[in-house]
Amino acid sequence: MSTLPDQGFSQVSVTDAAAALIRRLVLDHGPVMFFQSGGCCDGSAPMCWPKGEFRLGERDVRLGVIEGAEYWIGGDQYERWAHTRLVLDVVPGRGAGFSLEAPEGVRFIIRSELCSLEELTALNNTPLPRGGDAR
Amino acid sequence: MRYVSPNSPGSLVQYPDRYDHYINGEWVPPARGRYFENVSPVTGRPFIQIARGTHEDVERALDAAHAAKAAWGATPAAARAQILNRIADVMEQNLEQLAVSETWDNGKPIRETLAADLPLAIDHFRYFAGVIRANEGTAAELDANTVTYHIKEPLGVVGQIIPWNFPLLMAAWKLAPALAAGNCVVLKPAEQTPASIMLWVSLVGHLLPKGVLNIVNGFGIEAGKPLAQSPRISKVAFTGETSTGRLIMQYASENIIPVTLELGGKSPNIFFADVMAEDDAFRQKALEGFGMFMLNQGEVCTCPSRALIQRSIYKDFLDLAVERARLTVPGDPLDTNTKLGAQASNDQLEKILSYIDIGQKEGATLRMGGERVRLGGELEHGYYCAPTVFEGHNKMRVFQEEIFGPVVSVTSFEDDADAINLANDTLYGLGAGLWTRSVHNAYRVGRAVQAGRVWTNCYHLYPAHAAFGGYKHSGIGRENHHMMLGHYQQTKNLLVSYDPNPMGFF
Repeated sequence: MSTLPDQGFSQVSVTDAAAALIRRLVLDHGPVMFFQSGGCCDGSAPMCWPKGEFRLGERDVRLGVIEGAEYWIGGDQYERWAHTRLVLDVVPGRGAGFSLEAPEGVRFIIRSELCSLEELTALNNTPLPRGGDAR
Repeated sequence: MRYVSPNSPGSLVQYPDRYDHYINGEWVPPARGRYFENVSPVTGRPFIQIARGTHEDVERALDAAHAAKAAWGATPAAARAQILNRIADVMEQNLEQLAVSETWDNGKPIRETLAADLPLAIDHFRYFAGVIRANEGTAAELDANTVTYHIKEPLGVVGQIIPWNFPLLMAAWKLAPALAAGNCVVLKPAEQTPASIMLWVSLVGHLLPKGVLNIVNGFGIEAGKPLAQSPRISKVAFTGETSTGRLIMQYASENIIPVTLELGGKSPNIFFADVMAEDDAFRQKALEGFGMFMLNQGEVCTCPSRALIQRSIYKDFLDLAVERARLTVPGDPLDTNTKLGAQASNDQLEKILSYIDIGQKEGATLRMGGERVRLGGELEHGYYCAPTVFEGHNKMRVFQEEIFGPVVSVTSFEDDADAINLANDTLYGLGAGLWTRSVHNAYRVGRAVQAGRVWTNCYHLYPAHAAFGGYKHSGIGRENHHMMLGHYQQTKNLLVSYDPNPMGFF
């Protein structure tokens, strides 16, 4: 994937514990990416995959870059989440899907905050990059 | 009564120290010799070790399946059906044992596993044993000398990845049609809930020829991915969430194989004003219908997690519904009086709590619940959550995402058009509920709601012979019905000329 334009405002941030886990996963697996899931079972959970494992769609939205890892969400889902900011955290757990951290006995999880008016204005002025922008 | 905890003296369930893979009719240790701890959500404590499979194990299972596929595919449907019926019989003879195991592995109340999960799973094998006997191809006479025959053939070897919310039932939903249609299977259970499936195969595995059913345990990234990506499967079936669904479709595109996907929903449960017209049994049935968000702790793809109540009855109906819902509290899952058990894992509980948090930040009103419940004693570290009712509007995230917990988000609607609009304002379309005394409303609105199933004056029934599957982002395919056979079959067309004369082309 070619580089995306710099992003003024990131709609995702990371806790220290999650950042440390990302660094550990990168040591074992190389660069990683995140995709925000939806639907049942482990829906609404973040999925962490080797970078490039997942073919991004034109309308997928990049929420930000955390610890060097791009964090993406489906375009339709973003429309319904656009008013919130995500904080990537980690808890003990069993994981699921094909997320890389599951064998470690931990699971990435998101916590959410409402965007402030200033943040919403910033997002409105400079929309987040889409998967199609990188092609 | 309370069933004795597995592995305790007097329990119906005594697990071995560890479960290996089940490949070619045998217990096979993982190639890399690694195991992982399986935790019971009832207590939050590990109770058995499970093989941590990798691609070497998947390949071994695929070897066994491919070796078995020709003979199994050529086995008469009557013989395959007989085996499925025997599997059902053995499950029935061991129903309590399997129910206790399922409760221990998943956290759901024994009341449900005894009355729903196991009986439904058993019936599912019998249903597909029945329909495969009646399954047939077609023949048509195109002209006096030309006949086209359509013959159903098995796909060969299929991969199936199943979820943790109904481990045995979801295995039955996927295995019964695949085996009935004559396929060999490599199944990957969810890493949260592998134990009862392995107990199940220890009871029924010998009924099938070697290699027809192979079970590889492990984590998604280590065992699920090599299965889904393998060029040696002819189809992959998956139940889970949308991003893994997309990933599985990408893998399938590498091999040009079909997929069936069941990816969840955010199901609306619609209550029209006329449910309150009489103070009768039907009103109580509708109030009970509201409470269905608590079934299986809300860990159901079709959890009625959005309640849409007509404005003219909103307050009165919701008051009664909340009063009724308050009677349900989490308890010991092995106690037959318990209606609400444990969430399946710690991360699931944490996720639910994170949604309760964002719901409040978005301004939804917490009408009841909203917290983790500590039950004390042996259950102190189990994953229990109070039933939670939010009031808000449909744009809030608690109305848009499947929380997969005992959480319902309630809002009101004005008229039919408003109800349909709200019901369809979601990315998903798996289930929906509709409660009314008017047959006209029931049909018109039921047809307009974009969901694969609209329960009308009922909810959470999962009988075989009622097709189940999603519109929109909820997936592809229809399970629970003989049409699922088609998702596990190839069509062979023999186009035959009975005319002895040349065609006159060359």
